[in-house]
Amino acid sequence: MEDIIVLTLHRAMVAGTPLLLATTGEVICERSGILNLGIEGVMAIGAVVAFIVTMTTGQPWLGVFAAIAAGMAFSIIHAFASITLQANQVVSGLALTMLGLGLSGMLGKPYVGKPLSIKMEDLVIPWLSDIPWLGKILFTQGPFFYLAIILAFASWFFLERTRLGIQIRSTGENPKAAEAQGVSVSRLRYLSVIIGGGFSALAGAHLSISYSKSWIEGMTAGRGWIAIALTIFALWNPGRAIWAAFLFGGFFVVQYLLQPLGISPSFLAMLPYIATLFILLLISLKDPRKLNAPAMLAEPYKRGER
Amino acid sequence: MMIKIKTTDRYNITTLRSFMTNILSLLAALVMISIIFLIAGVNPIYAITEIFSGSFGSFYGIKETITKAIPLILIGTGLTLAFRAKFWNIGAEGQMLMGAIFATWTGLTFGGALPSYIIVPLIFLAGFVGGALWGIIPAILKIKYSINEVISTLMLNYICAEFLTMLIVGPWKGKTRFGFPGTDNLPDPAILGLIPGSRIHYVTLILALICAIVLCVIIYKTRFGYEARVVGENPDAGKYAGINFLKTGLILMAISGGLAGFAGVGELAGIHHYLGYPASISSGYGFTAIIVAWLAKLNPLYTVISGIFFAGILVGGDAIQISLGLPAATVEIVNGTLLIFLIMGDYFLNHKITIQFSDR
Repeated sequence: MEDIIVLTLHRAMVAGTPLLLATTGEVICERSGILNLGIEGVMAIGAVVAFIVTMTTGQPWLGVFAAIAAGMAFSIIHAFASITLQANQVVSGLALTMLGLGLSGMLGKPYVGKPLSIKMEDLVIPWLSDIPWLGKILFTQGPFFYLAIILAFASWFFLERTRLGIQIRSTGENPKAAEAQGVSVSRLRYLSVIIGGGFSALAGAHLSISYSKSWIEGMTAGRGWIAIALTIFALWNPGRAIWAAFLFGGFFVVQYLLQPLGISPSFLAMLPYIATLFILLLISLKDPRKLNAPAMLAEPYKRGER
Repeated sequence: MMIKIKTTDRYNITTLRSFMTNILSLLAALVMISIIFLIAGVNPIYAITEIFSGSFGSFYGIKETITKAIPLILIGTGLTLAFRAKFWNIGAEGQMLMGAIFATWTGLTFGGALPSYIIVPLIFLAGFVGGALWGIIPAILKIKYSINEVISTLMLNYICAEFLTMLIVGPWKGKTRFGFPGTDNLPDPAILGLIPGSRIHYVTLILALICAIVLCVIIYKTRFGYEARVVGENPDAGKYAGINFLKTGLILMAISGGLAGFAGVGELAGIHHYLGYPASISSGYGFTAIIVAWLAKLNPLYTVISGIFFAGILVGGDAIQISLGLPAATVEIVNGTLLIFLIMGDYFLNHKITIQFSDR
């Protein structure tokens, strides 16, 4: 029994890792005032690029870097449409998702069903991994897990404590005032969208080269959308995103745990999505003001307009 | 010499200008798609010709295109209303499936005993109710609990798809399916008639055209349509004017969801005749219809044209998959590119751009 619990929690951390990465990226992006609904597509691009590069070069970290670069470049499309051309961000994000899923399907077609032989070894943290229960759950994990947590903390520090981070937040809350302070709103928004894209692509890389070690079309399976919900759940705070993401990782894993008990697999597959709605409802019931997004989220900014 | 680019807002947007902008955006998208095809090692001129000759170039292609246009017109029409109120309904897939589920129950329960002219309207009514219910949930969540409708409609898509799967592998599994998931066929009176030699279920086609006209009247000629537009364009003014947001939101999402439900009934009773896997019933129509509505500039009447256009891309996409061995995702690339260029084109519709050359 103890083994099952430890194993379940261990897997919940693994399943939560891509959610945390994508959520952190979306938090940064939304804090600058840009809603990016395209992260499902960026994730798919990241997954396929990481897989192809890793498979051809045999270097997983090269795959990761290629994925991040591809994700950043790909999200410039959304940045250009929504910042420079002031397009509707909801529709632009959807278009990015369609395009990302499509392009990844086309790029990855020759690689469907080919297993990746490279193994990313778990990093066993000395001393800490000897702690009963916790050691196995938290300190015997793949590199992506630690990376996701470090990046989430770093992003929190970046947004709350650094000058650039504060400027990014101000472009999301009050771009006019930010511009009056000499900040270039569009430049910071570009930066935030691109950083967010890099994070989503990293999440995708985790899926294809570490989590499932294979590529299939549509393997992101709605995780990008869940990350957008988690951004709200985390109240636009990367620190809160950490436990939010791992809680949802748990919803993914509990499916496999409960399946042997004869519960319908389809019902269990619904769980993460029902939980998303339920938790948003709970936050809203408890304190609706908390759901306050960055004031200028999804509002195009026109320079010089009074 | 200096080049100065100046942009100014454009206020008088004529229908002609709007139409031309769309055409130019589509052409620009076509260039981009050609580049993507080139990179993928496919001759773009050949591929694009194949897409359009596959869909509009033969009698068979045209029949298939009209068949696929039916759900796109229905859903797209409903989306124009929702999008005008800035209600981002991404959940048409789920609403369509819920419509099909309600219609299946109605058809299997009453279909054997009732004549066609009663059971067919009845399953369409059931489908509308199913889609409307699934559309009302996000409306309540948004207006009463300020939960973002993009998230809720998407989550409801997944939930409905799993719910449907649960039904067809469990309690609704048909005896005639030899153990495969799916319900039994609907009884004959509930099956929609086809135009001979095609798969066009004409009842749904006529319904789609009527809906497009009715929605046009609702949006432009009724108080409710006016209120829906105010809610979208200027919610503060709407509040002062005493518009009941909850009521408006519920009605418009009931209509939007209900029309998606109609589309689900059409696919069920006109094409498949039984409830099978969710992906086979909805086949992405709910997402493609978003582009249909956008290309139609959120005018329900124009969704008829843009619906046929995108149905053509779906049919042509199937054709090049077979002839060029391209993956199914190709259609998504085409759709995504078209959508991006359409929204980018809006900038040039709303802004006047002048390039000035000066010696200073």
